[in-house]
Amino acid sequence: MFEKIGEFFVGIWEAFTKATAGPFSELLIEGLGTTLLIAVASCIIGIIIGLLVTLIKVAPKNNIFMKILGWLANTYTTLMRGTPVVVQLFISYFIIFNFLVPMGLKVVVAIIVFSLNSGAYVSEILRGGLMGVDKGQMEASRSLGLSWTQSMRMVIVPQGLKSSIPSLFNEFIALVKETAIVGMVGIMDLTNSAEIIAGQIFTATAPYLIIAAIYLVIVVGLEQVQKKLEKKFSKGDRV
Amino acid sequence: MIKIINLTKNFGELEVLKGIDFEIAKGEKIVVIGASGSGKSTLLRCLNLLEIPSGGEIYLDGEMINDNKNNINAFRQKMGMVFQNFNLFPHLTVIQNIMLAPVQLKLETKEEAEKTAMDLLKKIGLEEKANEHPNMLSGGQKQRIAIVRALAMKPEVMLFDEPTSALDPEMVGEVLALMKDLAVGGMTMVVVTHEMGFAKEVATKVIFMDEGKIAEVNTPNEFFNNPQHPRLKTFLSNIL
Repeated sequence: MFEKIGEFFVGIWEAFTKATAGPFSELLIEGLGTTLLIAVASCIIGIIIGLLVTLIKVAPKNNIFMKILGWLANTYTTLMRGTPVVVQLFISYFIIFNFLVPMGLKVVVAIIVFSLNSGAYVSEILRGGLMGVDKGQMEASRSLGLSWTQSMRMVIVPQGLKSSIPSLFNEFIALVKETAIVGMVGIMDLTNSAEIIAGQIFTATAPYLIIAAIYLVIVVGLEQVQKKLEKKFSKGDRV
Repeated sequence: MIKIINLTKNFGELEVLKGIDFEIAKGEKIVVIGASGSGKSTLLRCLNLLEIPSGGEIYLDGEMINDNKNNINAFRQKMGMVFQNFNLFPHLTVIQNIMLAPVQLKLETKEEAEKTAMDLLKKIGLEEKANEHPNMLSGGQKQRIAIVRALAMKPEVMLFDEPTSALDPEMVGEVLALMKDLAVGGMTMVVVTHEMGFAKEVATKVIFMDEGKIAEVNTPNEFFNNPQHPRLKTFLSNIL
């Protein structure tokens, strides 16, 4: 009985040792690097896209130019949210941005896809946050003579951003994990590296448990950032 | 100073203002009273275009406010507004609330604005609250800060939209006292309120609004002691 249990743990230990042996740990680190690169770049670009698209959505539509922009923003959101991100990846990789592949820029294609996809979700999250700001805030700001743009920048966006933090981090966390599909177009990310290791050592347990732990650590890190930000923004909260 | 000609406002089918004609001279204190739904708040909000009039003309110092060619932000700088719900900016400290507009609009440098703000805060005895956020203040303090925030823009007119209606009764006094100080100082004021005592004491003219029209305008003395319009008589007998 005890022998069996002992063997079990020795077996696991051996498997972990095998899975992280020299070249394999390098592969895992390379994969982690790629995953982080895609996730962080897409997150930052996604926030910028999302903020711009939100502002277009909430801006007064008092001329034809703004109306067209508004229509474009809504169409963009619908397209991005209406199709699976895997399909978006395939369409970008094999059709629209195919010319980047021979240049060795596969990762760039992935960043474009995830930035555009995340931007759509971020734009809706922020729109919700901005709409949640009491309309008296805009009225008070405008009544002081500030323009719509100044009021958005100084009064509405800071408050809307704050209430959007939990949903935004939901999106960022989902983004990190969604990048696991890039292996489907041959990008060597964390998940793909585990697949390759599993294929070479003929056992899946250790590689997948290892990368599960790594994803988990990344997400826990993000949660810590979220807590810090929420605390920082909590000044002025109702008590 | 302010001239209103045949002002109308519809919300869809609903006619809220049905042709208002009125003139306000510099230094006047106009108190607007009336039942809820009579259009008094809408009238006030039309004056700085928080509501866009459906028809008619509003002039400030001879310039038409509701003309699309004119820059509304410039007019609003000359008209301070105080709201029922204070609408202080919760993410900013008290002094940042007061400094925001003068600094953003480049009317004052940061240092000048800070000095103006502190002077104003000293006047209302709240200088020690300068670096607090609004959530740390009582309702009366919030509203006095909101008034001071509007004053920091050095407006020509102050508009008050039921400034004491959201306050606990014991805090109404401090806000009205500040408004009286302003009135004594010569500020042109338009006040929508239910505070009849304030109207009697401070107003140069009292307006009674009924169903989107000005039903009666008079000096406070005549207005309260010798009301003419039957609806005003009923209104006054109901509240006094």
